[in-house]
Amino acid sequence: MAANDERKKLLEVSGLTMDFGGLRAVDNVGLDIYEGEIVALIGPNGAGKTTFFNCVTGIYEPTRGDVKMLPPGRPARRINGMKPNRITELGMARTFQNIRLFPAMTVLENVMIGRHCRTSTSIVDAIFGGRKAAAEERESIDKSYQLLKKVGLAEVADEFSRNLSYGAQRRLEIARALATDPFLLLLDEPAAGMNPQETHELDALITRIRAEEKVAILLIEHDMKLVMNISDRIYVMEYGKEIAQGTPQQIKENPKVIEAYLGEEAHA
Amino acid sequence: MDFEYLFELLCGGVVKGSIYALIALGYTMVYGIIQLINFAHGEIYMVGAFVALIITGILTLSGYSDSGLSVLVLAAVIAVIYAAAYGYTLEKIAYRPLRNAPRLSPLISAIGASIFLMNYVQLVQTPDFLPFPELVPEFEFMEPLSRFVSSVDMVILVVTALTMVALTVLIKYTKIGKAMRATQQDMVMARLVGINVDRVISATFIIGSVLAAIAGVLIASRTGQINSAIGFMAGIKAFTAAVLGGIGNIPGAVLGAMVLGIAETFGAGYISSAYEDVFAFGLLVLILILRPAGLLGKAVKQKV
Repeated sequence: MAANDERKKLLEVSGLTMDFGGLRAVDNVGLDIYEGEIVALIGPNGAGKTTFFNCVTGIYEPTRGDVKMLPPGRPARRINGMKPNRITELGMARTFQNIRLFPAMTVLENVMIGRHCRTSTSIVDAIFGGRKAAAEERESIDKSYQLLKKVGLAEVADEFSRNLSYGAQRRLEIARALATDPFLLLLDEPAAGMNPQETHELDALITRIRAEEKVAILLIEHDMKLVMNISDRIYVMEYGKEIAQGTPQQIKENPKVIEAYLGEEAHA
Repeated sequence: MDFEYLFELLCGGVVKGSIYALIALGYTMVYGIIQLINFAHGEIYMVGAFVALIITGILTLSGYSDSGLSVLVLAAVIAVIYAAAYGYTLEKIAYRPLRNAPRLSPLISAIGASIFLMNYVQLVQTPDFLPFPELVPEFEFMEPLSRFVSSVDMVILVVTALTMVALTVLIKYTKIGKAMRATQQDMVMARLVGINVDRVISATFIIGSVLAAIAGVLIASRTGQINSAIGFMAGIKAFTAAVLGGIGNIPGAVLGAMVLGIAETFGAGYISSAYEDVFAFGLLVLILILRPAGLLGKAVKQKV
């Protein structure tokens, strides 16, 4: 991808391998993300996509390989085995396949929690209510409201997050992830369980986020229409291995990918 | 029926419940976040009382002769700081290295820490009961109520109420409070939104220890004597209160503590004071049979 090489690289994963006992869930996978890109990671169920995400975001420490973050304007960092909260501070945020909001907190609080790592109030300030703490709190509320407006949830800011509809919960997860000021956003099956109308809105939302928030997006998704629509590049995994990468057009025509999804031609 | 007697018992029960509540909150907050019964929590309460005793001793010897109340406040502040340091260190040494160990390991470590602290204080101080000075003067305005509530009891009630309000504000509105709630609901996700979970856990231990130390100072000035073993029974009672209300649930701990305190004084007042503890633990058994999750606890659903 000559065009991409001129852009700044943000994430560089090379030779990533993850073993669980005797099972190799991810096998020597490499992946790069450049500024302004939307990249999709697809593959049949059990291909190791979510495990890949978990390795990159610090939930698992990979058995082998390198994960490097290249924050714009700051030095690159190898983040293997770093704690998830440190990785988030460096500028990577994610959502989950099975929604993981804080159910007993309000919608607004869920987003404000995301601001946590960007504010500097210490526990002592918080208890003794310094002016700085109050100012930061106000700023955090403002910013959170803006994000809620962006995902269309400002009206339900004071609801408990568990009372939201499924699609709304997914959008709230995205807002919370954005609240951490990421330059990389990882979405794990954002369209899962959505109806076609919701998926269509999600499509527009993701494109808008890329434009307005200056984040590069990596998503795992099974909805091929969504993937083909919004992705600049696609990586395909099967049985833990990377079997193809390229533009949506290249992927559509790649015989290996067709085989992985539809079975070998001889059987068809 | 003698309503005056009933009211007197009720007041006594609420005072007792206040002390239990202050300690129970530490149990329940720690349990809510890391699912650990911190058996050494009662010892933090005892350490709080001892530090307060030592400070009052030093102040008296050094000729500091202001009102008793100011001595108490000064002693309480220093006791709180000490207890917070103890709580922080306890977590760091006894529990943090076992964060990813099977659940039984930190529990055993907690029991060990409890025994250690109790014996440590016994060794460096004394195993005997020590008198704790009467620092709360008889307030004049308490005169008409003195039949029901002594001045010390009034101080206990007011301090407890203020502490509860402060705790509620802390948990509901501050950044650390939000982080604590988030960590309680989903620790992995809390990390992923950038919360330093280790710091949150430390803060939880510190806050719990502060509350326990306040309880320690208050109870010492009420009973007038302390020794190195007072943490054991108080700890068990407060743990009972936390379970009664639904462990992990903050309002539940306060409710459970009040119910426990009132049940004890009523049982002691109407039946026999020799069986005070029997009423407390009998009530626990009853609640666990009828409502295993506690008064305000929700039935545990397995997370998928």
